[in-house]
Amino acid sequence: MIQVQNLTHRYGDRVALNRVAFEVAKGEIFGLLGPNGGGKSTLFRILSTMMVPTEGTASIAGIDVARDPASVRRKVGVVFQTQSLDKALTVEENLRAQGHLHGLSGATLRERMDFAMQRLGIADRRSDLLETLSGGLRRRVEIAKALLHRPQVLLMDEASTGLDPSARREVSRHVEDLRKEEGVTILLTTHILEEADRCDRLVLLHKGDIVGQGSPRELRARIGGDVVVLDAAAAETLAGKVRERFQVPVSVMENQVRIEIRNGHRFITEVVEAFPGEIDSVGLHKPTLEDVFVNLTGASFDE
Amino acid sequence: MSSFFLSAATLWQRELIRFWRQKSRVLGVVASPLVFWLVIGYGSNDLARFYSGALVLTVMFSAIFSTISIIEDRREGFLLSMLVSPAPRTSLVLGKILGSATLAWLQGLIFLAFAPLAGVSISLRGLPPVVAAIFLVSFTLTAMGFVLAWKMDSSAGFHAIMTLLLMPMWMVSGALFPMATAHGWIRAIMWVNPLTYSISLLDNTLRLRNASPGAAESLVVTAVVGVALLLISGLMAAQKSTRSAA
Repeated sequence: MIQVQNLTHRYGDRVALNRVAFEVAKGEIFGLLGPNGGGKSTLFRILSTMMVPTEGTASIAGIDVARDPASVRRKVGVVFQTQSLDKALTVEENLRAQGHLHGLSGATLRERMDFAMQRLGIADRRSDLLETLSGGLRRRVEIAKALLHRPQVLLMDEASTGLDPSARREVSRHVEDLRKEEGVTILLTTHILEEADRCDRLVLLHKGDIVGQGSPRELRARIGGDVVVLDAAAAETLAGKVRERFQVPVSVMENQVRIEIRNGHRFITEVVEAFPGEIDSVGLHKPTLEDVFVNLTGASFDE
Repeated sequence: MSSFFLSAATLWQRELIRFWRQKSRVLGVVASPLVFWLVIGYGSNDLARFYSGALVLTVMFSAIFSTISIIEDRREGFLLSMLVSPAPRTSLVLGKILGSATLAWLQGLIFLAFAPLAGVSISLRGLPPVVAAIFLVSFTLTAMGFVLAWKMDSSAGFHAIMTLLLMPMWMVSGALFPMATAHGWIRAIMWVNPLTYSISLLDNTLRLRNASPGAAESLVVTAVVGVALLLISGLMAAQKSTRSAA
């Protein structure tokens, strides 16, 4: 449904995307995960026809986004990270205006508006001015707005940014329903790990490159076993000692030493006994997507 | 074609709804030209002389405030929705400009209510040409505002344009002194200044004085400039770019 080939984008000399390629199948929830500045927003702008790439191609439903943006816009619903509605208008007025921009009117438009509002659970707020709604509700209006023209593909940029966890889960539930009940293909950008975990497949973007690709499970499987995290004031020194004593790969980030290892629980007892007094605290977890990112890039995800 | 007008109409309507919900804007736009006109008019004991200039100032303020909203739309996002819709760019531009022009026109009409103070009495038959002239001026000034605002990303820059370009343009437009008696180079500036024609158009239709340029010339220049600016706006908005549109 979405094909991206050899996509490169430069802002002047700065390379924001470097030969990026991936495909998204119909009905998938596909995530672009990466820290800010990784290239997600650039990719999103290109796919949503807000700008044309400097090299390479991207197509949605078989249509090239740079060559025929008008046709792409008919097939795609876009939910922006920032608000894209008029605060001074009511929910209904906003949706009606958007419907008109998509060439919908009369009974068809009314029906689509009712459907979208029902779908997102905002029908009872239809006459409220947008500025009186909470962040979570506004986000749902944004999604409703993007659905009016029955898009085959929904593009969502950081759709849950600024939402509290319950509002975020609510949005995720609606997205999941859309895929299941309407067969909509969804591409979302995110830097929130739990959101990425709910995608069918992901690409990990770092400094414009795709550093990893696959389902969250496949990506996590790259790291065998567990991740052990040691907090220590002298992390560098400790890392050296651990590496020497246990012959394992070790990475250091600020005051943390990270070790990817099988049977982490046994390793913990050994390492704590080996270096008494040097470790402030110990943690053990199954690999997360953040660990995968660290493993692949050597960089911290929060940068 | 019908979807072209549907998009334009919905944006036009949006401007009107927004305006209606912040009615205090009327006061801001009409009050300062009105005060200015009354002070300078009573001061020089010639209210009629400065009437058209003040009316154009009202329309210009309104046109500029409305087009600044493009910068807000860009920042607050409504422009994003417009740009990812399949509606033709030219219809979006037309809707936005017509909406803003309608607001400028309405405020011009409010100012027109003060015309009797200038000794102007407009007959019922004389009203349509005046109303039409004010609309044409509103349209042209709004299109000018759009061209200036489109590439801008902050309203601070727009204030600079207001003080460095638009106010000086207004000052050398016949609003304050006639073209006939102006010094050579000022007269040259006045001759190429579109506002000169806006003001003489109003002076002529209101029969305030036999202003030069004449009625026909003023009408043609104002209309041609307006349409040209509309086309430029359309071209600017339709441009594809490797930079983000918003």
